[in-house]
Amino acid sequence: MGLLSKKDLKLITDPLADNNPITIQVLGICSALAITAELKASIVMSIAVLFVMGLGNLTISLMRNIIPPKIRIIVQLIVVATLVIIVDLVLKAFAYELSKTLSVFVGLIITNCIIMGRFEAFALANGPFRSFIDGIGNALGYAVILIIVGFFRELLGSGTLLGFKVLGDPIEKTGVYAFGYENNGFMLLAPMALITVGIIIWVQRSRNTSLIEDN
Amino acid sequence: MSQKTDSNLYTILFATGMVIIVGALLAFLASSLKDKIAENKRIEKQQNILYAMGINENDESSVEFVSKDIVGEEFNKYITKQLVVTGTNAVENDKAYLIDLKKESTLAKDKNYQRRLPLFVGNKDGKESYIVPVRGKGLWDAIWGYIALDSELVIQGVYFDHAGETPGLGSNIKERFFMDDFIGEHIMDGDTFKGVAVSKSNADPKNLDKTDNEVDAISGSTITGDGLAAMLKKDLKMYLPYLKTVNQ
Repeated sequence: MGLLSKKDLKLITDPLADNNPITIQVLGICSALAITAELKASIVMSIAVLFVMGLGNLTISLMRNIIPPKIRIIVQLIVVATLVIIVDLVLKAFAYELSKTLSVFVGLIITNCIIMGRFEAFALANGPFRSFIDGIGNALGYAVILIIVGFFRELLGSGTLLGFKVLGDPIEKTGVYAFGYENNGFMLLAPMALITVGIIIWVQRSRNTSLIEDN
Repeated sequence: MSQKTDSNLYTILFATGMVIIVGALLAFLASSLKDKIAENKRIEKQQNILYAMGINENDESSVEFVSKDIVGEEFNKYITKQLVVTGTNAVENDKAYLIDLKKESTLAKDKNYQRRLPLFVGNKDGKESYIVPVRGKGLWDAIWGYIALDSELVIQGVYFDHAGETPGLGSNIKERFFMDDFIGEHIMDGDTFKGVAVSKSNADPKNLDKTDNEVDAISGSTITGDGLAAMLKKDLKMYLPYLKTVNQ
């Protein structure tokens, strides 16, 4: 017996693959396009979403019996926004450098549809512990895709990973650039993020045909 | 859901309660952390100004400011004068770094308002530099920076920052590979003011030509780059009358 029952564990493992929020539910695409030009930005965003999603799901789940159904979306929005602003303020006061790195992500987190989607689909109907686990699981599923896309976009677009020149120097023509290799600047633009996500979806569905929807 | 939570009265009461609680919580947090945040901002500003004039802890490719604990001392040591410039006049004012550029530019929309321009005079190893704060628009939000010029109006160093440019694209304006390109660039072309353009077609990616008034742009961040060039052009121009008097 571990800490998590089998059913709870599924809440974490499902979103990583067969119920991935990006590739299967096709949520959170906007931020996946916006910030994956670099691996570092993908990782920072993943951590931020993990945090907000876990706590947000927990809060909504605790409030689920007192939220008036007519204004539940507004209430969810306020919960996310409040959480994000609190984190932002506290970081500004006690970890200023970190808050500078995160400031550009704040707006993207609030509008991330995965967060609202999980509040609506899961936290409103389940207990706090399971909701928290579900939040973590979905954030991890989101993180996996973000990091894969960020990895390929940075590698093929700029020839670097986390800022290190892993393929050599494109201007001095060292490394693979000596053989005539060129960075593909198109990888840095948003359309290629969409195509990369599309390729992941294709690979995933061809490995597991049960994911393909019937026409 | 029970009947109770569906009634209009309950909905209104809940909404009111929630607004009051959240509002109070955020207001309390914001006001209790205000001083600490203001102090952090002052430290950041001093670090940025020092960074532009070349006082930093950079290694080969990182951006490292002088440490928080000594920034106040270093600032007093290297910044010899803080000026407020109006036209060709400059008055010394050791609170110049507190001038809010955004407020000044809003006030300046009134034609009768004499805009106050903060300018910092630094001295490193006997060489004077004039650090000009600039502020403009990127793609999503504000961008700003500090430009250190010598008396010949050649750039000695820059620091750029932004509120919300796209991570991995426009946000790269605060990376070394971009900022370092500005060092040594001329803002004048002979006697005419040119600024420094962020160019996609200058065929000079190594940035060897320092007198072309151009640096190489970042792929995928055209609008941030154009905004940055416009900011330099507009803001440096305002200081020109005074900087020219220094030159002579």
